[in-house]
Amino acid sequence: MLRATLKSLMSRKLRLVLSGLAVVLGVMFVAGAFVLTDTLGRSFTSLFSTAYANTDVQVAAKSKVATGVGNDQGVASLPGSLVDTVRQVPGVASATGEVQVDGARVIGHNGKVVTTYGAPQFGMNWTGGGFAQLEPGSRAPAADDEIVINAGLAKTADLKIGDQVSVLTLEPKKTFTLVGIFGYSGGRDSLGGEQSVAFTTPVAQQLMLGTPDAYSDVDVRAGPGVSDSALRDRVATAVGGDYQVKTGKQLADDASAGFQKALSFFNYVLLGFAGVALFVGIFLILNTFSIIVAQRVRELALMRSLGASRRQIINSVLLEALVIGTIASVLGLGAGIGVGALLAYLFANLGASGLHLAGIGVPASAVIASFAVGVVITLVAATLPALRAARVAPIAAMREVAATDRPLTRVTVAGSVVTAAGIGVLGVGLAGDGGDATLWAILGGVLVSFIGVALLTPLIGRPVVSVLGRLFAWSVPGQLGRRNSARNPRRTAITAAALMVGLALITGVNVILTSATSSIHNVADTQVSADLVISGEGGNSSIPPTFDKAVLDKTRSTPGVAQVAGFYHDQARVDGKVTGVDAVDDPQALRDMFGLSAKSGTIGTEGSGQLIVDEKQATSLGLHVGSQVPVQLTRGDARTFTVTGIYRDNDVYAGWVLSAADVSGFRSAQPQQAMIKLTPGADVNSVKTAVNGLLADSPGINVADRTEYVDQQTSQFNTILTMIQILLALAILIAVLGIVNTLALSVLERTRELGLLRAIGLRRAQAMRMVTVEAVVISVFGALLGLAVGSGLGAAVVRALRDQGFTVLAFPWSRMALYLVLAAAVGVVAAILPAIRAAKVNVLAAIAYE
Amino acid sequence: MTRTPGTITASSTGVAARATDVWKVYGAGEAQVVALRSVSVELRRGQFTAIMGPSGSGKSTLMHCLAGLDTVTRGEVSIGATKLAGLSDAGLTKLRRDQVGFIFQQFNLLPTLTAEENILLPLSIAGRKPDPAWYDTVIETVGLRERLHHRPSQLSGGQQQRVACARALVSRPEVVFADEPTGNLDSRSGAEVLGFLRHSVRDFGQTIVMVTHDPNAASYADRVIFLADGEVVTELREPTADAVLETMKRIDVLAASRDGDV
Ligand SMILES: Nc1ncnc2c1ncn2[C@@H]1O[C@H](COP(=O)(O)OP(=O)(O)OP(=O)(O)O)[C@@H](O)[C@H]1O
Ligand SMILES: [Mg+2]
Repeated sequence: MLRATLKSLMSRKLRLVLSGLAVVLGVMFVAGAFVLTDTLGRSFTSLFSTAYANTDVQVAAKSKVATGVGNDQGVASLPGSLVDTVRQVPGVASATGEVQVDGARVIGHNGKVVTTYGAPQFGMNWTGGGFAQLEPGSRAPAADDEIVINAGLAKTADLKIGDQVSVLTLEPKKTFTLVGIFGYSGGRDSLGGEQSVAFTTPVAQQLMLGTPDAYSDVDVRAGPGVSDSALRDRVATAVGGDYQVKTGKQLADDASAGFQKALSFFNYVLLGFAGVALFVGIFLILNTFSIIVAQRVRELALMRSLGASRRQIINSVLLEALVIGTIASVLGLGAGIGVGALLAYLFANLGASGLHLAGIGVPASAVIASFAVGVVITLVAATLPALRAARVAPIAAMREVAATDRPLTRVTVAGSVVTAAGIGVLGVGLAGDGGDATLWAILGGVLVSFIGVALLTPLIGRPVVSVLGRLFAWSVPGQLGRRNSARNPRRTAITAAALMVGLALITGVNVILTSATSSIHNVADTQVSADLVISGEGGNSSIPPTFDKAVLDKTRSTPGVAQVAGFYHDQARVDGKVTGVDAVDDPQALRDMFGLSAKSGTIGTEGSGQLIVDEKQATSLGLHVGSQVPVQLTRGDARTFTVTGIYRDNDVYAGWVLSAADVSGFRSAQPQQAMIKLTPGADVNSVKTAVNGLLADSPGINVADRTEYVDQQTSQFNTILTMIQILLALAILIAVLGIVNTLALSVLERTRELGLLRAIGLRRAQAMRMVTVEAVVISVFGALLGLAVGSGLGAAVVRALRDQGFTVLAFPWSRMALYLVLAAAVGVVAAILPAIRAAKVNVLAAIAYE
Repeated sequence: MTRTPGTITASSTGVAARATDVWKVYGAGEAQVVALRSVSVELRRGQFTAIMGPSGSGKSTLMHCLAGLDTVTRGEVSIGATKLAGLSDAGLTKLRRDQVGFIFQQFNLLPTLTAEENILLPLSIAGRKPDPAWYDTVIETVGLRERLHHRPSQLSGGQQQRVACARALVSRPEVVFADEPTGNLDSRSGAEVLGFLRHSVRDFGQTIVMVTHDPNAASYADRVIFLADGEVVTELREPTADAVLETMKRIDVLAASRDGDV
């Protein structure tokens, strides 16, 4: 039996390759994700230990507003006197006050801010110590208008010693003379792509912390014979509980632990997409094995009549799956290691320049996951066909192969039940509160719905395929192809369903993003009366771009401007909870432009020590006009604010609003955004030009009209969509392989028919066209399913999020049409090989009787 | 005179298909098989010819060569006025489509098409419409009017073969080739099919070549050609089943004596 199985396996290399390929690709994705994240993880761990190599103990300020997100460091500062306190601690060899805050943005030769790929842009004080080493020809900054920068930044921005360099910090643009360039130990010119600008200490304190004689941390060196941990404890006792005291090793471990967490999230995302690809792979394998079992009915029946038991038949099919799964896992693992290494290399050399890659490693998790996934997926997919093979009656050996199709009743009922269950779970998820359970319910619901729809596909396929086929039925080969695609509904259905999965996900995301964009445009157009918006281009540093406060007043006096609301934004602890707060310099303008109306109290009159809040939060916190709310801003001590107004809930604006009079407590006392309303009849473009002129000294800040502004805000949607399309491309590719596979096996199965057709005069080109039509019908059917299911999913999510501002349900019609056209093209491409095979059928061999 | 594929000069020769000194050799060296050795036959228009011979004597090979399904190693084959040598695959395909009809032993019909669609398939492929009167006549003769919209799986073996006959005839080909068309049928269904074939020769002037093992089937033909070991050994005209049987019994002797002559 074993030998018979292996022989039959070897005699069908094509199917081995094709069904194996799906597993190889899926496993490659899985293994690649593990190898990539493992390599990056180890590289960053070594990076962080380099960064903290010279630090024995560090004293850092604790944030007054612990946000828990991003880099809190810059928000807090410690007084200069603390450095002396630390220096007095026995065992301290030296204590140096350091300023190091993310948010020093250098302006390049082109007048634009030099960016990084997510790495921080530090502004620091030059302490001369540490592991930063000045390159030859450099000197430390001595005057307040001198800086040194790291070599990575110098290279990226093409800066040389002696250049005049403008830098944005907490304060608007300032220009310095570059007097030095530094690198790090080990010849690194950057630590993972980081950019650093070092000022003299007083300038760094002013620009990065906004406070004279303050530091971010104190770097402590231990004297001889004092261990780091002993010193840490001594220093901690000396400085008291308001500060965080850690050894260099702890800091490195913390940093790499934080990074590992981010990486493992990234890993989960990649594995999620790998999961989709493998899910699609199941369809392909299931289909392949089903077709093979159908083709081997006589062979199986003969075995049964020769005495093989059902068990043996099942085992023979599963053994075949096991062999394919194992081989594919090995190949997938190998390919995955290659892909992971390639991506890590690209990441290190294109993205984060200066990341020294640790050697490519193959973590055990990659190996285990590869084999588990590859083998299990293949076995699961082969189970149904194996059971079907076991049901072949011995008598079938004697009969003409009966190609009669089994009725679809059972599969349809099952499909309806599963689909309903999937939609139910999805509904529960969408109605959920956003926790982990919600996410799982949504994912599970989508998955189960996919399976349900796949089961329903044979039934749906009948009418759809017949209509689709009619489109191509103008020629005889077209008619034959149409009939071929209709002759085995299950086979066509599973093949199409595989394509559906990837396309449904892409379409779903598309619907959600399109609806979001339309909703935002809709809200902006109907409920916001600002005509122009001044805002920064985001950036990823913890200090967002700001502009000079004076611009607000200059804008107010620009002809054509009716109202201006300048916004300051920061994190604060309000009523014990960390939240975003806005301060506005003209509350009345805010009220008018967003159409805020008072539920109680007054809106638009708030002054120092007063705030307003939306109805929803007021209700949930039990606040009313006159309530006293404790507020801890970034700077200064906690204060009590009075609620002077509660405004009605609306689609455009929510949250705490303070007066600009209290902005000194904000991290940056410079505005980040402004809304401008024009006088009736004013020309938007000329005002825009005028305001742009006012912003000449504020790189990274621009003025946009309402549509441009919304487009800027939604431009990231396109990035998200592109990423998702790239990541789902593999699932689509596997689905296309599925079409190739189905067609190739069908052509094989219909060799005789093809021979007959060729004998009675079908030309080669016609035979090819026949196969192509079948492929196009399948792929277009799959695309239609995907578009329909994806639209449904997207619409469900949009409806569920109506309260979150999804006021418009919009479909990306042109994109959907494009997908359909692409699907047809994919069908044509998938048909190429099978069509060539069909054209090559040897007429004589095909009609020779066995 | 130039002969282009597909143009038939009207009954100029009276020969529907001809093989002249045809050799067919399979393989090479040790494994070499000579399936046909210097076979020359002329199939006259409007004649029903049967080819008989022991298994492996080269009957199917001869038929495939005559029909343009296979190429010959040496010699010349022509259908109507068209020489097959040098025709491309496309040329051969067109020739088969327009001038040749086929009936195989089994597996004649596309399972996805109805009987009617199967019958009209060669014409559809060629993009031609059937001559309605002729189509009617054919359908009437094969007696399938009630079954036209059935799928092959819903037809009996005999009915399926009759559909195949109708398909072979409907395009009025120069020659119809049938390889053991009754091989899978019981004697009654076989008789129906054979009767129909003879009918189409007698009444409509169709040319038919049929390979068979059955002396009874051969007796429906106007002429029987006997093959042994790839050579034509003898032939009978207006055969009776008994005469055919008699010849078959003596075929080894006949072959041996022929070899002796060479
Ligand atoms: N493709 C091939 N390759 C090698 N030899 C072949 C091939 N086809 C046929 N032959 C050989 O050629 C000879 C004639 O075969 P052919 O099929 O014409 O015989 P046949 O008379 O039709 O026999 P049967 O009555 O069994 O159908 C046989 O010896 C056969 O083995
Ligand atoms: Mg034969």
